[in-house]
Amino acid sequence: MSDTVERLIALSGKQFKVDPSGLEPEADFFDALGIDSVQALELLSEIELEFDVEIPDYELQGVKTFTALASVIDDRR
Amino acid sequence: MIELKLEDGIYELELKAPPLNEIGLSMLMALEKVLDRIDPAQGRALLIYSSLPGGFSAGADLRALYAGMVAIPDPAQRAPLIDNFIDRIHAVADRLDMLPITTVGAIHGVCFGGGFELALTCDVLVADKTARFAFPELRLGLVPGFGGIPRLKRDVGNAVVRDLLQTGRSMNAKRAQNIGLVSQMVAQGKHVQAARATAKQAARFDADANATCKAFIKPLPTAELAQEKEHFKRLAQRPAVQTALKKFVESTDLRPYL
Repeated sequence: MSDTVERLIALSGKQFKVDPSGLEPEADFFDALGIDSVQALELLSEIELEFDVEIPDYELQGVKTFTALASVIDDRR
Repeated sequence: MIELKLEDGIYELELKAPPLNEIGLSMLMALEKVLDRIDPAQGRALLIYSSLPGGFSAGADLRALYAGMVAIPDPAQRAPLIDNFIDRIHAVADRLDMLPITTVGAIHGVCFGGGFELALTCDVLVADKTARFAFPELRLGLVPGFGGIPRLKRDVGNAVVRDLLQTGRSMNAKRAQNIGLVSQMVAQGKHVQAARATAKQAARFDADANATCKAFIKPLPTAELAQEKEHFKRLAQRPAVQTALKKFVESTDLRPYL
C-alpha cells in the first residue's frame, strides 16, 4: 500500500467515523464509507486540504477505489 | 423553510428547507416576506446561514423547474412564468445586496448555483473548511440566472469566473479565501460563530458611515445583471435544457456532483 493510499484511508475513516482497518485499498470508497454525493464533496475538501492539492470534480468521474483516488492525488502533488 | 430572528441588534436569517435549501417558488416567496421585515433601525447587521448539515444551499430547485416544464410543454406558455420567477429572484438578490447594513454569509458544505448566487449578495463571507463553491449551470445548458455572474465578476478576477463557469468545477474554502472571495476560513462547524462575531463588529460602527461606505464600494452591476437575465431567459427556453434537466432529475447515480 502506498503512503498516499494509507493516508487517504486514515483520513477517510476519521472523517466519516469508520474504522480504517476495515477499509480495503481496492474498495469502492462510496460503499466502504457509506457516503452520499454531498459527503463526497466533504471528503474532497478534506483531501485537498490534507494533501495541499486541488482536484477538479471532473477528474473524479469514474474514480471508485481508494487506490484510484490516491493516484489522482499523486498526479497533482 | 427560513426564519428571521433579531438577536442583540443583529438579524439572523436561518435557511432550513430540506433537502438542501433549494430555491424555488416557495423559497422565493419566503425570502420576499423576510426582506419586508428587515428594518435597518432595528438590526444593524444581517447574518445568513444554513442549519442543514449538507451545506448552505444546493441552488435552484431543478426538480420543480423540470416539473413545471413537463406540466406546461409549450415553451411560449411557460416563458412568462420563468421570466417572472427570474425577475423576482433578481429583485430579491438586489434588495439583499443593497441593504444599508452589513450582511455576513456563513457558509459550509455545498454552496452551489443559486445558493452561491445568494451568498454573493453578502458583503462578507465566512466559510468553514468544508465549504465548496460552484456554478454547475452550464452542465444543464444554462448560465447562472440569479445574478451570480456579475456579482462574482465584481468580487474576483475574470479568469476565476471563467474557470468556475466554463468547467463547472467546485472550489474549496481555502482557494475561495486565496482569491479574496471568502474573508475568513474557520474550522469545521465554527463558521456561524465566526460570522456572528463579524456581524457584531460591523454593527458597532456608525450606521450612516457604514451604509455610505457600502453603497460607495459595492455598487450594483445593474447593466450586467439585466444582460444576465436575458441570457438565462433565452437559454431556458431551449429543448436542450429540458433534456438535461430530465437526465438530472431521473438520475439514480450516487455521484451527480462528480
